[in-house]
Amino acid sequence: MNNKKLVLETGEVFLGKGFGANTERVAELVYNTAVVGYQEAFSDPSNLEYIMVMGYPVIGSYGLTDEDYESNELTISGLVVREYSKYPSNFRYTHELDERMDENGVPGISGLDTRELVRIINEKGSMRAMIANIDTPTEECLKKIKEYSVPKDVVAKISTKKVWYSRTVNYKYTIACIDLGLKKSLIAMLKDLGCNVVVLPYNANIEQILKYKPNGLFISDGPSNPYDIDNVIETINTLKGKMPILGVGLGQEIIELAYGAKLYKQKVGHNGCNIPVRNLKTNKIEITSQNDQYAVDVESLKKTELKPTHQNVIDGIITGVEDSKNKVIAVQFNPAPTSDDEYVFKRFINLIGGKKNA
Amino acid sequence: MPRRTDIKKIMVIGSGPIVIGQAAEFDYAGTQCCLSLKEEGYEVILVNSNPATIMTDPNIADKIYMEPLDLEHVAKIIRYERPDGLIASMGGQTGLNLGMQLAKKGILDECGVELLGIKADTIDKAEDRELFKELCISIGEPVIESEIANNLDEIFKAAHDIGYPVILRPAFTLGGTGGGFAENDEELLPLAKNALKLSPVSQVLVEKSIKGYKEIEFEMMRDKNDTVIAICSMENIDPVGVHTGDSIVLAPVQTLTLKEFAMLKESAVKLMRALDLEGGCNIQFALDPYSFKYYLIEVNPRVSRSSALASKASGFPIARVSSKIAVGLTLDEIRIAATVASFEPTIDYVVCKFPRFPFDKFQDANRKLSTQMKATGEVMSIGRTIEESLLKSVRSLENKVDHLELASLKDKSLDELFDFIKKETDERIYGICEALRKGADIDDLYDITKIDRLFLRNLNNIVEMEKEIKDNPKNVEVLYEAKKMGFSDSYIARTWGISYVDVYKIRKENNIYPVYKKVDTCGAEYPSEVPYLYSTYEHENESIRSDRKKIVVLGSGPIRIGQGVEFDYTTVHAIWGIQEAGYEAIIINCNPETVSTDYTVSDKLYFEPLTFEDVMNVIDHEQPEGVVVALGGQTAINLADKLAAQNIKIFGTQADAIDVAEDRQLFEEAMNDINIPMPKGYGVYSVEEAVKAANEIGYPVLVRPSFVLGGRMMHIVYDEKVLKSKVKEAVAFDNEHPILVDKYVFGQECEVDAICDGEDVFIPGIMEHIERTGVHSGDSMSVYPPYSLSENAKKTIVDYTNRIGIKLKMIGLFNIQFIVDKSDNVSIIEVNPRSSRTVPFLAKSTDTPIANIATKVMLGAKLKDLGYVGLNKTRKRWYVKTPTFSFTKLTGLDVVLSPEMKSTGEAIGYDYSLNRALYKSLKASNTRVANYGTILATIADADKDQALPLIRRFYKLGFNIEATSGTAQFLRKNGIKTRSKKKISEGSEEILDSIRKGYVTYVINTSTEGITQNIDGKLIRRAAIDNNVTVFTCLDTVKVLLDVLEEITMGISVIDKE
Repeated sequence: MNNKKLVLETGEVFLGKGFGANTERVAELVYNTAVVGYQEAFSDPSNLEYIMVMGYPVIGSYGLTDEDYESNELTISGLVVREYSKYPSNFRYTHELDERMDENGVPGISGLDTRELVRIINEKGSMRAMIANIDTPTEECLKKIKEYSVPKDVVAKISTKKVWYSRTVNYKYTIACIDLGLKKSLIAMLKDLGCNVVVLPYNANIEQILKYKPNGLFISDGPSNPYDIDNVIETINTLKGKMPILGVGLGQEIIELAYGAKLYKQKVGHNGCNIPVRNLKTNKIEITSQNDQYAVDVESLKKTELKPTHQNVIDGIITGVEDSKNKVIAVQFNPAPTSDDEYVFKRFINLIGGKKNA
Repeated sequence: MPRRTDIKKIMVIGSGPIVIGQAAEFDYAGTQCCLSLKEEGYEVILVNSNPATIMTDPNIADKIYMEPLDLEHVAKIIRYERPDGLIASMGGQTGLNLGMQLAKKGILDECGVELLGIKADTIDKAEDRELFKELCISIGEPVIESEIANNLDEIFKAAHDIGYPVILRPAFTLGGTGGGFAENDEELLPLAKNALKLSPVSQVLVEKSIKGYKEIEFEMMRDKNDTVIAICSMENIDPVGVHTGDSIVLAPVQTLTLKEFAMLKESAVKLMRALDLEGGCNIQFALDPYSFKYYLIEVNPRVSRSSALASKASGFPIARVSSKIAVGLTLDEIRIAATVASFEPTIDYVVCKFPRFPFDKFQDANRKLSTQMKATGEVMSIGRTIEESLLKSVRSLENKVDHLELASLKDKSLDELFDFIKKETDERIYGICEALRKGADIDDLYDITKIDRLFLRNLNNIVEMEKEIKDNPKNVEVLYEAKKMGFSDSYIARTWGISYVDVYKIRKENNIYPVYKKVDTCGAEYPSEVPYLYSTYEHENESIRSDRKKIVVLGSGPIRIGQGVEFDYTTVHAIWGIQEAGYEAIIINCNPETVSTDYTVSDKLYFEPLTFEDVMNVIDHEQPEGVVVALGGQTAINLADKLAAQNIKIFGTQADAIDVAEDRQLFEEAMNDINIPMPKGYGVYSVEEAVKAANEIGYPVLVRPSFVLGGRMMHIVYDEKVLKSKVKEAVAFDNEHPILVDKYVFGQECEVDAICDGEDVFIPGIMEHIERTGVHSGDSMSVYPPYSLSENAKKTIVDYTNRIGIKLKMIGLFNIQFIVDKSDNVSIIEVNPRSSRTVPFLAKSTDTPIANIATKVMLGAKLKDLGYVGLNKTRKRWYVKTPTFSFTKLTGLDVVLSPEMKSTGEAIGYDYSLNRALYKSLKASNTRVANYGTILATIADADKDQALPLIRRFYKLGFNIEATSGTAQFLRKNGIKTRSKKKISEGSEEILDSIRKGYVTYVINTSTEGITQNIDGKLIRRAAIDNNVTVFTCLDTVKVLLDVLEEITMGISVIDKE
């Protein structure tokens, strides 16, 4: 029977059954429309401080697999599903979703009309919400929601505390990676391209970075408001022109800020793996995975050295920029090992290698 | 890149008559293709020989040729029309093969025609096993290891090279007969010997067995700009080993993590690029459930059954987009529903496809599922959980089953159930559920079925809910939970010992109604006005009722023998007619293959089961003016009573009038009233009554249940013993309605489809059958206009039709079947108070919009005002309908023509000469028309005198004659040189060997049904079908064939005699 409820900032209440951690939680409510890949989404550091509504109704069917995490644990604040499938089936599964949610303190609620929630978020914009016990008075929940704001130190929380290395045999280059909420799969891709990666905390200074004699700088994706992380802007401005720089997701947003462009918070961000983006150089369409709340203001971008390279086919938002003189490239989407946009990393490596037509 | 302007005229090839594996999905694809090309301003020339299709309707293409789909005829059309481009990828394998032939024979080059969409080179690479293997190896994609072997040593070597388990497939046998699995040398030896023996060329393919692997499909799309998207992923519940057409399939995939999913998707993308494929493509994978190992099983570089399913499952119109790509557009330039076509669709529901098998009609066919598809159709359902989706699809099947439960399995023990499950029949899933009910362990079930544990868990959840329902009678909360899981009202009613109407009332009282959700390709990410809806028990209802006057049309459900695509044709016409009359047209249907479930056809599409509860839910929400049931075949008609009982207005013939037509006694009284003779007969409820009735009427009698379509369980019976068994069967099948026992009258059969508005009757035309009474009308060749009826008989038919229409208070379409005996007496066989399967054929032959007129009449228009009264003017050409059968796919089935319908589709042929029309129609139906070879005849004694002149005609044409001893003796006595073959019952395989050797052109075999179980005949017919030899079991068909052969064959004679 129903024992939990989801209270929205706007006052709507949805009842459901709890699973995962038996706690209450307030956070930003976002949705994800991906049909496959919940584990990667739930452990993606960019999703910190999100209560995630899954558009696909059945979640949990293949459990969780130790080697598939994007970070060390589940990062989301809460989970809302239509149906929690509690008997996973997959040859690699090591834990049930419910089990790890409990360990990581992530409350879940099931049995809700998640399609309606997606429609509400689209109509009213992103909002805060709370997963609460069914008998917690709604007024109390609304009060807590009101008091909540996305912590400014989420990046500090999720970023590595000390430097660590990902090494590969016969490496060609060393990449310095600023960890704003790094996904493991991105490091793996750089490794596959023959790079040693030095992962540095978000607040690493220039000296610390240069100590490792990097051939390129990689700024990861992550959660949070890009305006909250100003020291990385300085890093970019200092290293620009000295080595190729690649930014992904939050990394792109910060690069855009570093160049003087303005960002705005979208009504509803992107959270899915099926978003078509036009490569403005080749005019080809690439299907990408995105996870963002902020977008660059086109007018302000025009005044900078950055040129658009990619654009969302549906809403026209600029999703890729570059400064070819200084070898700085940035994309809003997350290049995945097997997707259309894999070349972004290859391009970065080619820039480092000094290839002309990179 | 905009559309191409260098081409103006495009030819589209359809898929021809419906056979198992190639059904209504190509009407859906072809219709979309033609319309989307017209939308871009091209002139569209369509070729398709299947009259029962929407795509061949006048407003779909600019010019329509309903000619045989063979090289000869299509080449002629190309030479005459000179199109700039040809699209061959919409017509299934038939269209693709024909396109390739036209390319390879140089006809396309000769006429300057470009193959649009999929290129010839791509087709070759995808379709040719060896080229495909090479391609896959070159791009590093795994294909199943296989080797060809010609003897025992080679088979063993191959098996050892590949590694066990292996599967053997004898070369050049149809339906995969003689193959099998081997785990080791011991199992291989007998299998290998048998396989070599059965292959006519002693050749065997040894293949790695991947039985039990997960079967995963992707529907992909690519444009010339190299954008590739995955439209839909699908996972078969039945693992590899069962043809995907026979599998229960879910969309999207359910048990794959992102790693596996991305791996397969990447492989699919790679393959699309390597094939340089522009357009839609279906790619099938086998994935090891215990590793990342996978194989590419199959690539279909065209629209397919799976692409129709994927289109309906995702809301992404694959055929439409493929057609646009074929004329140069790119995905980002094509708008669909809420987004552009370059947006990969996402799904926020679970789709279940459930196959519909013909085994309810074909009880002697082998039910074991394998790699040869046996399903005639399918249903799809949409829900928010796997359980809901599964249960909705089960009750969509119209198999007299409303739940995953079969009465026939109830008494079986757990051991018996395991044995049953191991047989891998179409009823396996019901067996699994019964086993779970009896406490079977999921791991044990997994071991014998290899069905993923997730799905077994889903089934177990259903079984657990059953207990909950049972333990809590009339509990409203449990009712809501059960409804949420997809349980039917009727199942709950049965468990609670109340009627389904009671459950419906309890729901109504407690406000337990489903809500409707949109299928919008984007999971609600973008707002859309897509009028494509499904029900689920949740919170928000997205179906907004408009304030327009609206009418609900019931579709015809899954395609099965006797109720095929022709009823979708009439359903679509009903929608159009309703719209023309100014109403909003709402369709309810559950068949993903059809045009009627294309959401652009109607104002609103509810993708729902056609049961009382699901239909009432829609009606309660939409509050329509009424419902049209008469155009959706028996499915819709069967709901008329139940809906009328809820005071729902039925447009057209009323439920009580339907009863008069279908109830034996009422019908007889009505016919008596208007002095129309009919064969003497009775409606009976028991074997005793039947025997009494038959004795009074006198044998032979015709036995059949009422309220069925397609002559199901209809038999001509010559004696009491057989009568008893047939009636027993029929009573067991349906004890609610009477069994009809009628005098069997021998004569010429003919039928009319007519429209009545209560005052006047309009008869578009009379059709005359080639085969005698006793062959089901759906299996008969049919000719319009009549070729042998006297003026007097025609007059009587028109007169009777008029009187019956008015007397039975028909409003709209009805169909009457007549017999004209030797003395020109006309009598009635039956009246069907609804649209019949001949409506599209007759509409096309008479160039009359029959279904449209009927719809308008049902909505209240008068025939007089529409200008259609009396018998239509007869046309100058002959139009012939020939049935097609799918016998090669259904092993074990006896192929004799009888009152029980067996055909799956039909083709049309027309010409100013009757024989030429017959020739074209036979060709179009894929009947072999060869004027040389050998006839193998086995004729029943009663037919020998009739057969003699026919065999003599073959003899004169130069055919060799072989016959069984009795027939041979008779023929020789009459001066025909005949080779005598020993009967099978005499322990000889001589006849079967003749058939297997491949020199026999036709087998002519007549037997009188019911007199004796003619085992020999059955074996001969089956052997012929299994070796692709044409069988005739009715001499009337043979006569027509001879007329045609004599027309196309130059005779020979000596010079001095005239």
